[in-house]
Amino acid sequence: MNEIFTLHVNGEERPVRDSWLGENLLDVLRDRLGLMGSKGACEQGECGSCSVLVDDELVCSCLVMAASATGQAIVTVEGIAPQGAPSDVQQAFVDAGAVQCGFCTPGLIMAVHDLLERSPEPGDTEIREELAGNVCRCTGYGRIIDAVQQVAVTRRSGRNGQETP
Amino acid sequence: MSSVLYSHGMPVLHPTTIEEATSLLAADPDAMLLAGGTDAMVEINDGHRRPSGDVVALSRIADLRSWRHDPVAATLTIGAAVTYTELMAEPLASLVPALADASRTVGSPQIRNAGTLGGNLGTASPAGDGLPVLAALDATVTLTSAAGTRSMPVIDFMVGVKRTAIEPGELITEITVPVVDGWQGYAKVGVRNAMVIAVASVGLVIDRERQSVAVALGSVGPTILRCPDAEAMLAASINWASLTATPDALEEFGALVAGASRPITDHRSTADYRRHAVGVLAKRLARRAARPGDDQRGVAR
Repeated sequence: MNEIFTLHVNGEERPVRDSWLGENLLDVLRDRLGLMGSKGACEQGECGSCSVLVDDELVCSCLVMAASATGQAIVTVEGIAPQGAPSDVQQAFVDAGAVQCGFCTPGLIMAVHDLLERSPEPGDTEIREELAGNVCRCTGYGRIIDAVQQVAVTRRSGRNGQETP
Repeated sequence: MSSVLYSHGMPVLHPTTIEEATSLLAADPDAMLLAGGTDAMVEINDGHRRPSGDVVALSRIADLRSWRHDPVAATLTIGAAVTYTELMAEPLASLVPALADASRTVGSPQIRNAGTLGGNLGTASPAGDGLPVLAALDATVTLTSAAGTRSMPVIDFMVGVKRTAIEPGELITEITVPVVDGWQGYAKVGVRNAMVIAVASVGLVIDRERQSVAVALGSVGPTILRCPDAEAMLAASINWASLTATPDALEEFGALVAGASRPITDHRSTADYRRHAVGVLAKRLARRAARPGDDQRGVAR
């Protein structure tokens, strides 16, 4: 106990005062820093519900040793958009009915933001492959894929709109 | 040891050079090495392991994060902390396509962003996806300690289930593979198409210049297995001018590979299924190698 370090989370310096060496980032985010958005289920990288960005890389926070992430930029689902103003991905999940029990949603939101950064217009197969590490037990994934495609279309028309105003 | 290396006064150390890392290991040979964390953290989360001394994180050592291609020697040397995501990207994917294939089958994007080739080798699971490819390529691993550096074939480095020839104070620093002219690939079976540990896996490398075949098997023995009889048989059967092989030759190749496997029955599969599967995978890879026009590579990528 009482490992002391500072993490850079969602643009803020967050001191951690009561961690144990080896404690994973997910537990530190939730139990030490009160950021309950990231969810914990499998604790072995199988379910993706704890997905966060560390230095712009999508990772399972349950597999990151929290004390090893000092000096890195951590973004959780709380840092994706201001409270009350959902991101386009979050809004598309609501609009498409891609949220049922909601447990997997924060991890999927992070994964979809990351996917669309790397691949703005992913095809159906690519979406399925890229989201393979995020398990959802409610939706059957169809509406999640719809939501991703909806964002891709909206962003493309936005880009086209800028090109030819 | 210098306390200046401590990050924020706590025992996760972030060396930035190999020299710093090996001197930390020399000072504390029991220190826990942390690469991508995708194996180590599962053990810690499960309570099977608890770091008691220092943790030496390897992710900020630039030399471990880089790679170099030597076109004259036709080799690629890959730093131990290069991730699967990086191995899937160009130009590495074209230099060692089978390693890119294998990397693509590891876990999910989240796992591939964190997991490293050196970690795959350090864990030395018989199911490690990179390992049959490294074995088929006759890769060598370089180990560095404060006392010096040594290299050995990867196949000799893996001595048993999750056991390696690493000595206290040593760090896996790089892995060197030949850049081979010829078809190469990796295939595995598991219970899903994604996010799955191999129940059986095969790496195949065809070397057109040397007119040789190399095949290595994962998850069907205590460590990765090469199949000398199957390799010699296929190399003798291939028409090297047209790069074709007869269906009978492919059939025999699969049978020899299955015969070379030493699988066990466990909670993931049965020995019989694994033996069958590894033969089918080897035959399938050899068919792709011998008929490049039918190769599925690139489709649905």
